[in-house]
Amino acid sequence: MKLTINGKETELNVSEDMPILWAIRDVAGLTGTKFGCGMAQCGACTVHLDGQAIRSCVTPVSAAVGKKITTIESMQDDKVGQAVQAAWQQIDVVQCGYCQSGQIMSATSLLKQNPKPSDADIDAAMSGNICRCGTYQRIRTAIHEAAAKLA
Amino acid sequence: MNDMINLSRRSFIKSTALVAGGLVVAFSIPQAKRFMGVANAAEAMPLPAPNAFLRIGADDSITVMLAHSEMGQGVWTTLPMLIADELDADWNTIKVEHAPAAPAYIHTAYGIQITGGSSTTWSEFDRYRQAGALTRALLLNAAAKQWNVTVAELRTENGAVIHGTQQLRYGQLVETASQLETPTSVTLKKPEQWKFIGKATKRLDSAEKINGTAKFGQDVQFDGLKVAMVARAPVFGTKLKSVADGDTLKVPGVIKVVKVPTGVAVIAEHYWAAKQGREALKLEWDLAGHDKPDSAALLKQYQALAQQPGVQAAKAGDIASGSKQAKQAVTAEYVLPYLSHAPMEPLNCAVKISEQGCDIWTGTQMQTTDQASAAKILGLKPEQVKIHTQFLGGGFGRRANPRADFVSEAVEVAKAAGLPVKTVWSREDDVKGGFYRPMFVHRATVSLDKQGKPLAWQHTLVGQSIIKGTPFEGVMIKDGIDATSVEGVADSPYVKGTANHLVQLHSVQSDVPVLWWRSVGHSHSGFAMESLIDELAHASKQDPLAYRRQLLKDHPRHLAALNLAADKAGWGKPLPKGVFRGIAVHESFGSYVAQVAEVSVKEGEVKVHRVVVAIDCGLAVNPDGVKAQMESSVAYALGATLSSEISFKDGQVVQSNFHDYQVLRMKDMPKVDVHIVASTEKMGGVGEPGVPPLAPAVANAVFAATGKRIRRLPIGDQLA
Repeated sequence: MKLTINGKETELNVSEDMPILWAIRDVAGLTGTKFGCGMAQCGACTVHLDGQAIRSCVTPVSAAVGKKITTIESMQDDKVGQAVQAAWQQIDVVQCGYCQSGQIMSATSLLKQNPKPSDADIDAAMSGNICRCGTYQRIRTAIHEAAAKLA
Repeated sequence: MNDMINLSRRSFIKSTALVAGGLVVAFSIPQAKRFMGVANAAEAMPLPAPNAFLRIGADDSITVMLAHSEMGQGVWTTLPMLIADELDADWNTIKVEHAPAAPAYIHTAYGIQITGGSSTTWSEFDRYRQAGALTRALLLNAAAKQWNVTVAELRTENGAVIHGTQQLRYGQLVETASQLETPTSVTLKKPEQWKFIGKATKRLDSAEKINGTAKFGQDVQFDGLKVAMVARAPVFGTKLKSVADGDTLKVPGVIKVVKVPTGVAVIAEHYWAAKQGREALKLEWDLAGHDKPDSAALLKQYQALAQQPGVQAAKAGDIASGSKQAKQAVTAEYVLPYLSHAPMEPLNCAVKISEQGCDIWTGTQMQTTDQASAAKILGLKPEQVKIHTQFLGGGFGRRANPRADFVSEAVEVAKAAGLPVKTVWSREDDVKGGFYRPMFVHRATVSLDKQGKPLAWQHTLVGQSIIKGTPFEGVMIKDGIDATSVEGVADSPYVKGTANHLVQLHSVQSDVPVLWWRSVGHSHSGFAMESLIDELAHASKQDPLAYRRQLLKDHPRHLAALNLAADKAGWGKPLPKGVFRGIAVHESFGSYVAQVAEVSVKEGEVKVHRVVVAIDCGLAVNPDGVKAQMESSVAYALGATLSSEISFKDGQVVQSNFHDYQVLRMKDMPKVDVHIVASTEKMGGVGEPGVPPLAPAVANAVFAATGKRIRRLPIGDQLA
């Protein structure tokens, strides 16, 4: 299968039904995207497919053919991603950190569609991303912070 | 406070050496008893060892070795702060590594290498400061030698020794220092000299955790490493009868299938193949005649036991005579379910067995038992098993298993497969795989006098023992009482303050594996005690805050937290229409936490708008870290209060993933305001103590809002 991951065309020897998550983690070796539930319940595996946030644990690689997969590893090259990461550091969001790749991918996608989200917008966009350390309050603050920086 | 700690009196082992191009400071001070008080530094105790806590590189880098695991609680930052202050380090040059499993890193109070009991900061407060101070003294000696001046003429600042207008960076002193003996006495700084301790400090692991480069156990990959998934018994304690793996071996990517004590392992090139291969296994388990837990039946059994005499955990006076003088009595029963820890990172463990020994890469809270268990399985000496601790994607107690379950299993798989293997648990494996917070029933009858003062308190607990059957049994179970079952009740100031009291315990036997879940026994006892106190206040027609103040009048740390939370929450002041307050205060792990929850109930749905938290943990080494842990505890406990539950039907766990084992999500996260009591009292923990008061604060607010008492968790649809 030929996949475009973070702007690079990559040939991966995987079956069509393999979820994107396992292709990028176990085959391409990009481990920044995390496995949390395997059924689109926790958001840890969130990546962008042609700019849209998707749950890579339930999306087969066949759905990514001819499209662009973007992962946490390339967020520093993205203007919005960069602002989100900077806000995350400024607010000191992370604790264990395991869910944060997914949180950042979801937050970046939110801000691209809605540059000035309300708390309700954030609740709606981010409630699919679980954080067991409970960093939600800081995530909310950091999203507002990133929105302000980008405005 | 006596800052002078004369280490020469403590049989110091002097040894310094250049290791890997750096300076390793090693020292030893004898084993200490638990030491928690900043105010009592003169009694500061001693450390096990010999030990190496930091390494200075010729490039000026200061690498701090962590004796504890970073699982989100922030020790990756807190412990370096302790060293940096004493070392006068340049904060920008600090690097951090998890230490290997080795005697040098044994917990100063617990006797094994462990991260648990909310103990890292207080238990390392002296050891890490001393490591910093000793190294600074050594570097001063090195500079004095290099410049041929006296130490008295020198000072240190920001990673350098300074003499007049000239300076030597620490990295420039490594060579000279390595030829000197470590000094035998150091003077620790006074609190007013601290530059880092007590100041809000940003996390050192932030950058790598936001760009995907932080390595968790799950991320361990190397040439030749295969992925394994284990099919485990559907009913705890049952044995495998037969296995047919023909279809499994046809799955592309599957390498082999092996039997291990816990079940059948499918070894594959990657997770996807292992998962598909496992689904294709045909397994038969011997379920005949085996005990099959069922939640409804368990509840009946527990409720019946709660009315029978149990093993005595605490007693004073005489319940019968105390009750005789009572004006009224309140009887209440509280029911709490099994809970899964459900850390975000599913369990995993990579193992490579070689001729020399075994290497293990995992996120663990308990290196010593993991190492010993692996060594036993492989017939090795513990020191032949190297544990490479990775970042933990959450622990909450699940990764501190005295039975070393997920590590032992991974070692068995690698041994049986004859390959380096990383076992990976699915979320379903995690939710169904046991080691739960045990289900508990509390039943209490409290007799009150005319003023509402408890005259007699009878309290019976029913639940499984966490400690029974573990290597800790000999130490932690006394006279039939597992201290972790009754903590928060048997030692409660309310119970102890009642002249006639009797606390009894029934430790139920079961094959359901149980374990400490963030705040351990306090996770159920906090709810029972602080709900009950609210019921007593109501029965005596008193304000819940005033009632607690009266009962806790001789407990200044409870009061300080209670009063600060009440004050910051504006207790007694008007709230928006439909919003009501509940309050709770509970001590655990040496810290005192009070919470005021602001709650509304609409169409049976509980909405928590805000939680005001006040904590007295003694010195807060990193105040922002303390705040983060309080926010975290509120979120963790609120999920369990509102919706988390593990239940059993026909012997099997009903829940399987986050759709039916529900935890807190962003939309239900309240605003959390944290206030830290200015305190010079003994240091306590912060990872867990924020959990126990949350459920009762919310339930008490629900009562204020609806008049309905919540006596069973989770609240679920009880108000519908």
